[in-house]
Amino acid sequence: MATDVLAGPDGARPAAPAPAPRRTRRRRGIRGDEAPAGWLFVAPVVVILGLFMLLPILMALWVSLTDWNGQGSPFTSRVPLVGLDNYTDLFTRDGLARQNFMTSIRNNIYYVGIVVPVQTALALFLALVVNNRMLRGRGFFRAAFYFPSVTSSVAISVVFLFIFANSGAVNRLLAMFGFDGPQWFADSRGVLHILLGAVGVDEPPAALTSGGPFGMAWWDWLSGPSVAMCSIIVLVVWTTSGTFMLMFLAALQQVPETLEEASELDGATRWQRLRFVTLPMLRPTLFLVLVLGVIGSWQVFDQIYVMSQGDPAKTTLTPAYLSYRTAFRDFEYGTGAAISFLLFLIIILLTLGQRWLLRERDSGPRPRRRARSRADRAGGPGTAEVGRSGAAEAGRSRAAETGRRS
Amino acid sequence: MARRFLRRATVAGIAATALLSSAACGSGFDDGAETSQSSGPAALQILIGSSGEAETKAVQAAAASWASASGNTATVTPAQDLVQQLGQALAGDTPPDVFYVDAGRFADYASVGALEPYADKLADAGDFYPSLRTAFTRDGKFYCAPKDFSTLALQVNTDLWSKAGLTDADIPTTWDQFTATARKLKAKGVTPLVIGDTRDRVGAFMKQNGGWITSQDGKQATADTPENLQALQYVKSLLTEGLARYPKQVDAGWAGEAFGKGSAAMTIEGNWIKGALQNDFPNVKYTVHPLPAGPKGQATLSFTNCWGIAAKSKFKEQAVKFVEAMISVDQQMSFAKAFGVMPSRQAARDQYTQAFPADKAFIDGAEYAQGPVNAPKMDSVLADFDTGIQGLDRGDPKALLERVQKNTQAALGG
Repeated sequence: MATDVLAGPDGARPAAPAPAPRRTRRRRGIRGDEAPAGWLFVAPVVVILGLFMLLPILMALWVSLTDWNGQGSPFTSRVPLVGLDNYTDLFTRDGLARQNFMTSIRNNIYYVGIVVPVQTALALFLALVVNNRMLRGRGFFRAAFYFPSVTSSVAISVVFLFIFANSGAVNRLLAMFGFDGPQWFADSRGVLHILLGAVGVDEPPAALTSGGPFGMAWWDWLSGPSVAMCSIIVLVVWTTSGTFMLMFLAALQQVPETLEEASELDGATRWQRLRFVTLPMLRPTLFLVLVLGVIGSWQVFDQIYVMSQGDPAKTTLTPAYLSYRTAFRDFEYGTGAAISFLLFLIIILLTLGQRWLLRERDSGPRPRRRARSRADRAGGPGTAEVGRSGAAEAGRSRAAETGRRS
Repeated sequence: MARRFLRRATVAGIAATALLSSAACGSGFDDGAETSQSSGPAALQILIGSSGEAETKAVQAAAASWASASGNTATVTPAQDLVQQLGQALAGDTPPDVFYVDAGRFADYASVGALEPYADKLADAGDFYPSLRTAFTRDGKFYCAPKDFSTLALQVNTDLWSKAGLTDADIPTTWDQFTATARKLKAKGVTPLVIGDTRDRVGAFMKQNGGWITSQDGKQATADTPENLQALQYVKSLLTEGLARYPKQVDAGWAGEAFGKGSAAMTIEGNWIKGALQNDFPNVKYTVHPLPAGPKGQATLSFTNCWGIAAKSKFKEQAVKFVEAMISVDQQMSFAKAFGVMPSRQAARDQYTQAFPADKAFIDGAEYAQGPVNAPKMDSVLADFDTGIQGLDRGDPKALLERVQKNTQAALGG
């Protein structure tokens, strides 16, 4: 493999000594001429992806470096080039653009911070429930939990607008228990501010209002998601957990029954079985679900577009929607494109961070686990240990496989 | 293996991109020249931001009859989202020849040279209401002909009015009377006023107090003034006292819906409310009155569209002819009958008041109406102002105006 890599470029370079390429070719043997054929076969996809994905992305990158006003082509010499100004202005220049951008980042941080853990936990819980062999009508429940995911997000958003209306189902329900529900989509107060207000902190301490990063006061950073944002969060958790449930379910069905039986023989409780057998087996799926969740929730757009358009008081503004609005409503195409590339960067960095956090550790907790299982073994049959380590093996190889595939 | 593949893919990608981008943009490099004009029969593309089926049909019929009479063709396309579609068309160098331009957006288009300034050359240029001319004038050039217009007025629900024991004498004509009447209504358990939470409604109070967001020529920010502050404080007092409510607080999408449902005895909306109430709430009885005057006199806001002609159109001459046909008194009257707009020309005023006597308050507003802010790059600033207005009952009007002032200065200066 390694020599192959080294020899590859040499083969293409005409200046290289003549024998070397011939030797490489000979070493590749009967499969040596497959590359052109391969390129031929993938050419349609390469062209389509290049034309409809790579090229537009590069064009948008170019636009983000200009002050294009939307008249005519952005690739003429008359379009002023501003370098990285569109990017730096979003962080350093005191103005509306930075204020909007930072507000949208704050909103989305709270949004992601709530949606991703909740939807993952809910999806896992639902998957465990419908994976239960004792459950009657499993097929029905699987379909029912998955149903929100296959419905159009716009349709669901509109339904939620009715449910969360001031005299809608949610508030009626709250009224039955004697609560006075909020005006969901008109309420711009942050949840944390409301909680603080409940314990008597109505006025922010001066230390929090005087300054904060990027021109937004700490008090505003710490507002929490607004009431309106909370209803969107509920909606999104409800719709997406079905999809992720399906992924967990698929992974759960690959957990060998023998393993569970073995751990049962070991005397593991239900909780221990979940914690030390099932969850480690699900690790690659967990990674997948978390990554997809983070990516999807940083890109939230349709719900915002349909339900709130950033209102009330910009508390449901998200970078994806802001980017759209800046470009196509305010005709600031450069700034809009810059926002979308910053969003892209955020997502990439977070995904890399997640990979690092959820990586398979070769050293670390495993010896401890082994020690514990050795202690367990004191009273159990030897086969359990074999099953256990076999499970770990299986988990690791599956993780590697998933990694390669993605 | 992977590294080699990556390297090759990158090389191929770069090559493909270079090739494709040069092909894609080849046409874009020499678009600086003046667009050549074609005479003879034109194929006009007309993009409209239609208020509904009635408007689309009326404009299509008018365009068809103009086309057959003049030997041209005219295709009317109702836009799903006019701002976005027009933005894309302008960016792609293929703008429609004629399109609606909202007065609030006019400066954005005019300042980048997308519009042809033709309106001064029209024979009837002097006949438009002065406030509408101002709305479409920039740097001394009258760009495009106002299509029609709407103004705000006060709608009163007569059933709720008499139920609360009020008579015609209680219809407020000043801010003080308005407060007094509203308190009477509230005492009877009726929400007095529902008002849209935007500068397009609350701004009327600023104008009634002699203030506005920018100077008349749209060059100076004048948001942070005592007049504006007093106006916002008055609106805030209405909100905090429970004399006024925003539509969302009474569970409605907009003020007209709340008014139609009988959630409030009064609302401030434009003449479009007529059609909306007729369709959705045909049983609501109401009357229309001028907005109560503020300390500095009567004022209202006007909203209008113009017939914009693209600077890059190939058929400018024919497009102007088309617009002339659309703004004739007869044509404007038939539009008025079809979808309830008010003619933009003073010559049509008498005809209109005869046909629609109930709309007197709306059309009288033309005398003292303020058009939308006429300056480019203001949309996000005004959207931010709206955000402040949404939270006006809890917010500080002074801080809000300072923010608007700062942002407006940045937008106008940049």
